[in-house]
Amino acid sequence: MSHFRIDIRQRAEEVLALYPRPRSAMLPLLHLAQEQDGYLSDEGIAEVAELTATTPADVRGTALFYDMFHLEPVGRYVVSVCTNIACLIAGGDELLEHASETLGCPVGSTSSDGLFTLEEAECLADCDFAPCVQVNHRYVRTTTSDAFDAVVASLRAGKIDHDVPYHGTLIRVRRAGGLHATRSDVAAERAAALAAREERTPKETT
Amino acid sequence: MATLSAPRIVLSRLDHADSHTLSRFLATGGYEGLRKALTMFPEAVASEVDQASLLGRGGAGFPAGRKWSMLRKAPISYLVVNGDESEPATFKDHLLVERDPHQLVEGVIIAAYALQVSAVYIFVRGEFALGLERVQQAVNDAYEHGALGKKIFGSEFSIDIVVHPGAGAYICGEETALIEALEGKRGFPRIKPPFFPAVAGLYGEPTIVNNVETMSNLPWIINHGGAAFAALGGGRSTGTRLFALAGRVNNPGVFEIEMVKYTFRDLIYDPQLGGGVIDDKKVKAIIPGGVSAPWFGPDLLDLPIGQDEVAEKGSMLGSGSIVVFDETSCVVRAAWRIAKFFARESCGQCTPCREGSGWIERAMYRIEHGGGRMEDIDLLVDLCDNIAPGLTWPPQQTTICVLGPSIPSSVHSAIKMFRDDFVEHVTTGGCPYD
Repeated sequence: MSHFRIDIRQRAEEVLALYPRPRSAMLPLLHLAQEQDGYLSDEGIAEVAELTATTPADVRGTALFYDMFHLEPVGRYVVSVCTNIACLIAGGDELLEHASETLGCPVGSTSSDGLFTLEEAECLADCDFAPCVQVNHRYVRTTTSDAFDAVVASLRAGKIDHDVPYHGTLIRVRRAGGLHATRSDVAAERAAALAAREERTPKETT
Repeated sequence: MATLSAPRIVLSRLDHADSHTLSRFLATGGYEGLRKALTMFPEAVASEVDQASLLGRGGAGFPAGRKWSMLRKAPISYLVVNGDESEPATFKDHLLVERDPHQLVEGVIIAAYALQVSAVYIFVRGEFALGLERVQQAVNDAYEHGALGKKIFGSEFSIDIVVHPGAGAYICGEETALIEALEGKRGFPRIKPPFFPAVAGLYGEPTIVNNVETMSNLPWIINHGGAAFAALGGGRSTGTRLFALAGRVNNPGVFEIEMVKYTFRDLIYDPQLGGGVIDDKKVKAIIPGGVSAPWFGPDLLDLPIGQDEVAEKGSMLGSGSIVVFDETSCVVRAAWRIAKFFARESCGQCTPCREGSGWIERAMYRIEHGGGRMEDIDLLVDLCDNIAPGLTWPPQQTTICVLGPSIPSSVHSAIKMFRDDFVEHVTTGGCPYD
């Protein structure tokens, strides 16, 4: 019995097919598990372990290494405020403090209504809009306290759910095309190309 | 002051709001480079890139053509594209994956053809949610258009590109850690030798890892020839390059400028570039190439921005990120924040990096927050020296990867250049800039 919903399970199988070894699908599959449950639940981890031919302990240990994976439930909106060097200079610490007041939760925790989780982030690579803020890993480009509060109000009202979808970095990433050739076909093609190169190499050097 | 006369090689489409779409891409010369490449022998394509002397844009600055040609004899199994940009204050690849993903895909196909590789992975940083969508869309469009898949554009070459999402780990920008992440493991860098990617990379097979910006240069190089690229810039630094300017400047952003033709002063003060320092304050220091690079003082502002020029003065261009501090910036706080970053991002495999980064961070925290002791300053220098013995540049390696030896750069620079600031923090028991 699959813990994944039918659509997630189908996407998981599509992802698995992209790699020569199932374990390579670990990160995208964990993103999918998180997309369904909002965090990495025990059931989600078990299913990723099954799909990647690993163990739940191995999956959990891998997931712990990566900042984007949540082993505990988080709010509907994960708010990341950068305080790294360019943002520090532009007042990142002050904005983070303000965010904590506005959202009503200390850094690293979730608001009591379960709507927001606040994180101090490392550089998010948008330094011309410092201090940089992401919500569910979408740039909201609110560099001032007032702009931040306005975005939070819109989020509360559910007004920008299109721009800031719930969990799931990959929610709109779906592969449409594919090679549609067997690996042996491609290998034969490469071998022929290499043989052709061997043949013309002496001619080029003389 | 230099004028902006050089062609825009990688940012040419960015004036258009729809620069990320296939229709805009095709209307502005898209896939012409690839079509031309497919009429050439693969080794001729590689030789154009070699002739361009395109230096890798990821950080190490190794010539891309040489990376490829060193391995011409052994067939390469995989091409991996590094889009895990996370060096603090670097935001050029973010721009490229979000605003011109088709150019990236075209460059990647050209590289794959030159290397005769059919399996390509583009690793995009997980935090770039929109970037991932755009690159995947570009790949989907390319299949539709016949630029990817079996026998592309009627040639004898088949290729598949898989877009792989990262999940938030700075260390995965290191090429062997990135390969580990692609194999579904923790991003622990591998020891080199033996695990040079080109020898034993992804799944133990020969693998080439190139940066997003490096790949994005290839369509232009094939269209205009390697010689035309090499004619730009000067010395070993050819072509144009993207620089991400951040910090205390009026107009932060990503700028494409010809290598060596500009000085740091031009970049900061030119009205078309940085537009000067905020409130006309004086520059206190700059970081010339990402937080892994040693800092420069205002005395080096007239240095031309080039690979060797910066290396000669004991730093590096690295990831192409330039951060400007002015007289209102607290360099102790800045160096503490950078130390905190490294302490958080150290993967924990090697003792000097794992223990050293935390120790440095704690000592820096004490000083910045009023609990510093005078002996902490020399303790910090000693800690730095233990991670990178001799504190030379390029640094001595005591760890598996280069994250470790990058830790001392900022802290040691700050102490060397602004020891008085540290002393003042300790004697006044707090930060005088607060």
